[in-house]
Amino acid sequence: MPIKVVLPTAFTRHTDGRKQFDSAAENLPGLLADIDKTFPALSTQIKDDDGKLRRFINIYVNDEDIRFLGGETYAFQDGDEVMLIPSIAGGI
Amino acid sequence: MLIASPLGESEMNYSCSRYELKCNDCGKRFGNQPLSACPDCLAPLEVAYDLDAVRGIFTRENIAAGPPSIWRYAALLPIPDGFQPDLPVGFTPLIHAKNLGKRIGASNLYVKNDAVCFPTLSFKDRVVSVALANARRFGFETVGCSSTGNLANSVAAQAARLGIKACILVPSDLEPAKILNTQVYGARLVRIDGNYDHVNRLCTQIADEYTWGFVNVNLRPYYAEGSKTVGYEIAEKLGWRLPDNVVVPMAGGSLIRKIRKAFQELIYLGLVEEKHVRFFGAQATGCSPISIAVKQGTEDIQPQKPNTIARSLAIGNPADGPAAAKMIRDSGGWAEDVSDVEVVSGMQELAETEGIFTETAGGVTTAVTARLYADGRISRDEITVACITGNGLKTTDALAGHYAEERAIRPRLADFGAYLEELDGTREPELAVAGADHAN
Repeated sequence: MPIKVVLPTAFTRHTDGRKQFDSAAENLPGLLADIDKTFPALSTQIKDDDGKLRRFINIYVNDEDIRFLGGETYAFQDGDEVMLIPSIAGGI
Repeated sequence: MLIASPLGESEMNYSCSRYELKCNDCGKRFGNQPLSACPDCLAPLEVAYDLDAVRGIFTRENIAAGPPSIWRYAALLPIPDGFQPDLPVGFTPLIHAKNLGKRIGASNLYVKNDAVCFPTLSFKDRVVSVALANARRFGFETVGCSSTGNLANSVAAQAARLGIKACILVPSDLEPAKILNTQVYGARLVRIDGNYDHVNRLCTQIADEYTWGFVNVNLRPYYAEGSKTVGYEIAEKLGWRLPDNVVVPMAGGSLIRKIRKAFQELIYLGLVEEKHVRFFGAQATGCSPISIAVKQGTEDIQPQKPNTIARSLAIGNPADGPAAAKMIRDSGGWAEDVSDVEVVSGMQELAETEGIFTETAGGVTTAVTARLYADGRISRDEITVACITGNGLKTTDALAGHYAEERAIRPRLADFGAYLEELDGTREPELAVAGADHAN
């Protein structure tokens, strides 16, 4: 079973307007490789010149920040909803 | 239906010769629109000004002739032409905290007291007033925010005043007073089963789907500029000079950077002499991602799950954290965090010494300030300003159990004297002297 990847509107100019897609990636590096292949323009947007995910991107698995789940080592579970969201500010 | 694209391809734009949105990372400019992140590199956007265009306008004299509110600094705020602000927001007291200073070994300590900011008793009134001026310009009929409380209160109150609908999202464990102080203004309040970071994430998605102006999402660049007024006021009330140090509470890490931006603007425009100001950040240990980054000498913020009574600072994944950590280190400052026990002690200490009842975030700032002096990071005679950002009436639950409810006594003088002696050992001579003074 694939995972469901959800994107903000700001990214859809690189995905032919699609706000979500399925991926068979097993973990975050796998997902980024999948994006490299399927949506190369999106890949350019979310990664910096060194090929690393930009620090302004947060990735959530279901309701949890992936960093609390082990980050790149977290193994996606069947049916996981993975959201890519630009970080935003709040508070003082 | 979405009529305002986050990419700005909509009628929700306005041009202004004084300011526009700019990406600090890649330098691209975007005019003025409800947009928080650079569409290319995703970095947060900031408002950039043509400072030279206001050089003859933003002067000490013109400011002094302005109203006693943040609007005296309107030339360097992103306020759309034609917007006539009528709420006297800000221009709060800067008091010389002599009594607190004696207790913690400081002779030039000042408290910037936004516990009395108008209209909702926190510094958030500053940022919301600027954000809503733009919300109206962009034509939003509904505004909202994710909030740890103070922002909720301010958006609800000021939206009511402007006749704009408000929808406020808060963590479900928010202090009851902050919930009531939002509902009373007629705003829709939605409690979210999660912490602030969960709420914030949801608001990002809502702002993506609905044509709403979220003050700390798609209006964030404008909103954040309101924080600069704290810096302007500190400088003006010190007689147009800059302090040596500023101690600022940190949640998202925005305020501390905006105070620095204000100081830099004042220096550039010649309103104050150039001075190297050190910035000190204050957090609660139960939510201290920026403080830890500063102590470790990194800009890499590791998110935390907040666990502190200082809920208004409980942001575990602060978006401005990396920039705040870098700025603090570059300034030669430092960041500290204190336990919840110290937070309460800080609230009590500020109240007992200066008569200022601050909320838990102010307890954090006060306790951190005391520690910075104790550790020798701030010297006794340096001019230091501690920023108090909210009012204690909103977080009275933090003091629950700290003050006993005393028994009632009969309305008789003898009972009163006996009660005082029982209470704290006060004896007859004190009462007798008081009586003699009265007779004279």
